[in-house]
Parts: sequence; C-alpha cells; structure tokens
Amino acid sequence: MTNTVSSASDSVGKVNRETYLKHLLTQAAAAADESHLGLKALRDRAIALVNERSFPSGKDEEWRFTDLSQMLEQPFQRAQPVSVEADSWSDHLNLLTEGACLTTINGHYEPTLSRKADQTADAVIIGPLSQLLKHPDYAKKLAPILESKLAQVKGGSEVFTALNTVGFADVMVVWVQADQVVDTPIYIARGSQGGFLSQVRSLVIAERHAKFTLVESFFGQDEDTNAQCSVDQDRVDQAKIQDTRCNNSVTEIWLAEGAQINHIRVQDESASTFHLAKTAVDQAANSQYQCTAVDLGAKLSRHHIEVYQSGPQTDTKMYGLSALGDRQLADTHSLLALTYPHGSATQIQKNIVDDRAHCVFNGKVYVSTAAQLTDASQLNRNLMLSTKARVDTKPELDIVADNVKCAHGATVSQLQADEVFYLQSRGISAEQAQRLLLYGFGMEVVEKISVPALKTALSTRLRDWAS
Amino acid sequence: MINETAKTILSVRNLHASVDGTEILKGVNFEVKAGEVHAIMGLNGSGKSTFSKVLAGHPDYEVTAGEVIFQGTDLLELEPHERANSGVFLAFQYPLEIPGVSNRDFLRVAYNSHRKANGEEEIDVFDFDDLVEERSNVVKMDVSFLDRSVNEGFSGGEKKRNEILQMALLEPTLAILDETDSGLDIDALKIVSNGVNQLSTPKNASILITHYQRLLNYIVPDYVHVMAQGRIVKTGGKELAQELESRGYDWIVAEEAVA
Repeated sequence: MTNTVSSASDSVGKVNRETYLKHLLTQAAAAADESHLGLKALRDRAIALVNERSFPSGKDEEWRFTDLSQMLEQPFQRAQPVSVEADSWSDHLNLLTEGACLTTINGHYEPTLSRKADQTADAVIIGPLSQLLKHPDYAKKLAPILESKLAQVKGGSEVFTALNTVGFADVMVVWVQADQVVDTPIYIARGSQGGFLSQVRSLVIAERHAKFTLVESFFGQDEDTNAQCSVDQDRVDQAKIQDTRCNNSVTEIWLAEGAQINHIRVQDESASTFHLAKTAVDQAANSQYQCTAVDLGAKLSRHHIEVYQSGPQTDTKMYGLSALGDRQLADTHSLLALTYPHGSATQIQKNIVDDRAHCVFNGKVYVSTAAQLTDASQLNRNLMLSTKARVDTKPELDIVADNVKCAHGATVSQLQADEVFYLQSRGISAEQAQRLLLYGFGMEVVEKISVPALKTALSTRLRDWAS
Repeated sequence: MINETAKTILSVRNLHASVDGTEILKGVNFEVKAGEVHAIMGLNGSGKSTFSKVLAGHPDYEVTAGEVIFQGTDLLELEPHERANSGVFLAFQYPLEIPGVSNRDFLRVAYNSHRKANGEEEIDVFDFDDLVEERSNVVKMDVSFLDRSVNEGFSGGEKKRNEILQMALLEPTLAILDETDSGLDIDALKIVSNGVNQLSTPKNASILITHYQRLLNYIVPDYVHVMAQGRIVKTGGKELAQELESRGYDWIVAEEAVA
C-alpha cells in the first residue's frame, strides 16, 4: 500500500518536472527563432540533448543538496529586449572604466552601455555575435571558429548547458589573436530586470600565447523598489513574483598553447533570482587559467565550473568566495579533469554562511593514468555564523595515476574564540574583532583579483557585508 | 628599576581562577610598581601562563576569588578590549595568524581603538603609516611585513617581533610577555629584548613570564618570582634566576612543602 502511494506521488512529481522542462525548452526554441543567428544544426542537436534529459531533482546525485523545486512554480517566459535607462545600471558598469565592455540586459546586447576595445580590431575581436555576423570579414573568419568552438567544450550535454545552447539570444565573443597581450580587462556585464528566463552565452578564445583578463559580472534590478513604499502588501508580493527571474549562463573558454587568462567572475544578482551558470574551460599545453569567483547575490545560485586539459603542463587556479545570508543558497560545483602529465592545479573555495543560508561545494578532481606528475590541491573552508545555516561539502578525488601529488581538505567552523580574543587584547571590541575576522576570511579570495578597481569595490562590499 | 616611592600599577590579592572547573590559580599575591621589571618563573603547569591570560581577560578562565587592581581600577570588571585600552598589554606565547587582514590594517585599527578609548581623535592612514614605519625600527622589522597578513607565514621570531611592534605602538603601562623567548634564536632574542628595553620607562612596568634564565641576561629583572601549584612561592632578586638555572626547581618545591 505504501509503495503505491509513494510511486503515485513520484509520478506526479515526474510529470511536473517533465512538463516544466518542456516549457523551458519551448521558450528556448522560440528565443532561438527570434535571434536570427542561424546555427540550426547546433540548436537541433541541443534540443535532442534536452529531450533526453530530465529536470533535476534531489534524486540526481549532482543535485542532491540543491533543490530546484521552487523554480517549478515560476512559469518563466523568454526575455525580450527591453528599453534601458543607462543611469540605472551605472553602479555596476562603472566598476571598470577602461577597456572593452560588452553589456547585455536580459541577454540582449546594449550598444549604448558597451565600449569598444583599445586594440585594433584585427588583433582582438570583441562583440556580440549578432553584430559580428553582419560584418562580412568577421562572418567569414568566425565561421570555422563557431564550428569548432561554440558549444564544443566537454560537458555540453548537461541539461542547463544544452538548454542554453538551444536558446541563447546572442553570444558575446571575445577572440584574442596569437601573441596579443591585452592590458586592460575585458568586461562582460550581464544585467537583468523583470521576471524572465534569460540565457546568456559567452565564447572566449585566447589564441597561442595571448594574455588577458576577463571580467564577468552578473547583476539585476528589482522593480519592486517603489512598491515597497506601498502599504498594500499584496502588491508588494505581486511585484516580487513578477521579478523572480532565471538567468541561465554559459561561458566557454578556450586557451590555446601558452595562452593565459585571468578570469574574474562576480555574481551579485538580485535577491529573487535563480542563477544557473556554467563555466567550461579547455586548456591546451602550457596554458594558464585562473578563475576568481565571488558569489554574493541571488536567491539560488549554482556555478558549475569545469576545466578540461587538451595538453600537458597546464596550470589551473580556482578561487571562490560565497558570502550568504537570509535564505540564500549558493552551490559551487567544480570539475578538474587532468588527463595529461605535469599539470598543476590549486583550488580554494571559501564560504561564509549566515542566517538560514545554505552553501554547497562539490569539487571533483579527476587524474587519469596519463596525468603523471600532476600536482593538485583543493581546499574548502566554511565559516558558519548562525546555528540555522547549512553547509554541504563534498570533495571527490578520483586519482588513477600513481605518481602524483594531490592534497585536499574541507573545514566547517565558527569564528575562533582565540582569534577574537587576540584582537580584543589589542583594544579591539569583540564585535569589531568578529567583523575584521570575517572580512579577512573573505579577503583571502578577493586579494587574488588583479584588477585594482574591482578589488577595492569588492573589499568595500565585503566590509559592508561583515558589518 | 626599583623606586620605593613609585606609584603602584598593579595589585593582585588572593587571586583564584579555574578553567573548566579545575582550579589553576590558588591565591596569587603580586604587586608591581612603576618602573619595575618582574620575572615570573616556574615549571610547566605551575600557572604562569594562566596568570597572564587572567590578567588580559581570556574568556576561558573564571576568576573565583580575589581582586586585581590596575591603576586604581578593578581590572576584573573590564572587558578584554577595555583592559587593553586602559594600558594592559599581553604579548602572546603563540601569536595568532589572521589571514586576509594586513598587519598594517590590524595595527591601525588597534591603535585607533586606543585613541578613541582615551578620547583622542583617530589618526588617518597617512599619519599612521609614518608612525608605524618609524616604530618598526624598534624591532628592526622590515616594512614589507606590514603588508602581509597578520602573522601569516611569519617565522617564530618574526611573530614575536610583531608582538613587540604592537607593544611599541600601543605603549602600554603594563606589558606582560608570555614566554616571549620561546622559539627564538639568539639573534632574534637580542632584537626582541632590545625592543623591550627601549620601551621601558620609569612610568611603565613589565612582567616577563619565562622558563629560562636566558632571557633575563638581556632584560634584567628587578624581581624574580617563582610560581608553583598556582601560587607565588618565592620572590628574590635577579640572582634567584641564576640559582634556579643551576639548581632547578625541586628545592623550592621542597621548601614550600616544609613550610
């Protein structure tokens, strides 16, 4: 009897999830039609992949700790271009005042909020695919690149990645040619407003020995700021529902031999956002990739970062910081697949979890038989500030090679009384000591950011957060 | 420097303290006048470090009886940071590492806390930089240490030098140095001792807690006290330290047992 009941409820859940995924797929396919980018074969393959997948549930090992069922209540429609008031985005866009900047609002390119590259156009090709394709020279140059690079990094069959491939409205392309060193950071700014499904996509390519800094930033606006003044609670709630949005982002990054990319990623979405993101990286021989990811916003965020090798002697650094409060959830899912010899990798993920927030870290490191003399280390440190906060940490090391050095560790702790006392003994009040310690905990990651303006902005943000 | 007419800075009477219900201090009596240097020696577990932590206000220790008067104020009534701001400084045996907080920021926040508590205006970043760089000379510390995280990756000697730098900035009336000599090679010991000596004035006082006579060759105490089983059992001049070095502690414990 019990069995019948449970299987019945299962099937109800299954139907909901299936229907919901079909709904998302329909929206994605419609967005693709409206994009006029062509790419039919690519989109069709992705539709087939989504059809083979299901909407994740707690029964999927990959989604055990991150419950997406709240999303099922949101019948997201695809995002349309909106009229944009430049002033309302200036706080986020003014973070970086030099260098190229590509801005999208709800996934649609906004030329008025963007800036051209300093380099000559041939050395550094930066722009939205929709615009680049209108230029015959670029269209011709880009054709083989799109064929071999767009949606071609491994791991593309994961359901949200495939969904993005079905329905991205545009692709922000950053293509830095061989031996080019770009001094100013290249900024991709992703703003969102209104309650939509936005699927944003970036394709970043560093040719042989190219070197640059890539900054991605995700932020949003809530339209209910005025409604909060209203005494009518129903209207406030209504505004909040309308502002609940889903941002499904995929960034593919290719490093050719000897290339270096310093990638900084700031997720500061508004409080009602579901942020689902993939960063997929392919590293050729002797390339160096560093990612510093800071997660502060969103109701629920998932950053899936996957790094694959396509040659020996690569260097990978992944630094992450999540600082959460209220009922936020942030999930960092990483995969480091080492399949060539002499690779080195360092990963540090730090989480500060307050109130009833929930932080998830799942860090896979795979070292194949071929990857001899790999030197990898992974560390996950969690600081819990409230008894209601929750942390799930799951390091997963799968090491087949026998001559490697791989270290990993995970800690979950509260602020150390001894550290607080040390600061107190220097005249600093207990409260201020705690703020300083929190700040320091986060700054260990923020310090890795090589763009001074951004580092300052984030350290100020962290200081405010800690106080 | 002993001056019978100097002001009493610290007066400890019948101090009892416990940790987790175990009594460690069992009636400490102790007095320090301005200008004096006191050494407290004793075996492991005799209560020396506990005494220093109780004075600084470590939350793990519970005072069960007795009083501590610091410059006319009941020290035990104050929070740890209030004790620090009123002029008590504890140099830690094991200074803590604070990753992510630069030494410079930490020192500035501490320095300004003192100023604020004493009704003075906070000083700005630039004035502070001049001050801290000048004070770094006291312990011959390279200014590059200021921009590293507090004590992170510092050697044992560097950590101790950093403690004395903090002392040089905060200019305490009473400095308690808990095993400051442990883990120091001879050069570092000289630098640290030199720093402490430079900071010594007729208006302040220090308490050196140590196992070994070695430190006392460089910082010469006016009084040497021996602590055993949670009490001060013997007090003498600097020659007592030499006697302890050659004879050990057994004879004092035996004397105490007879008494």
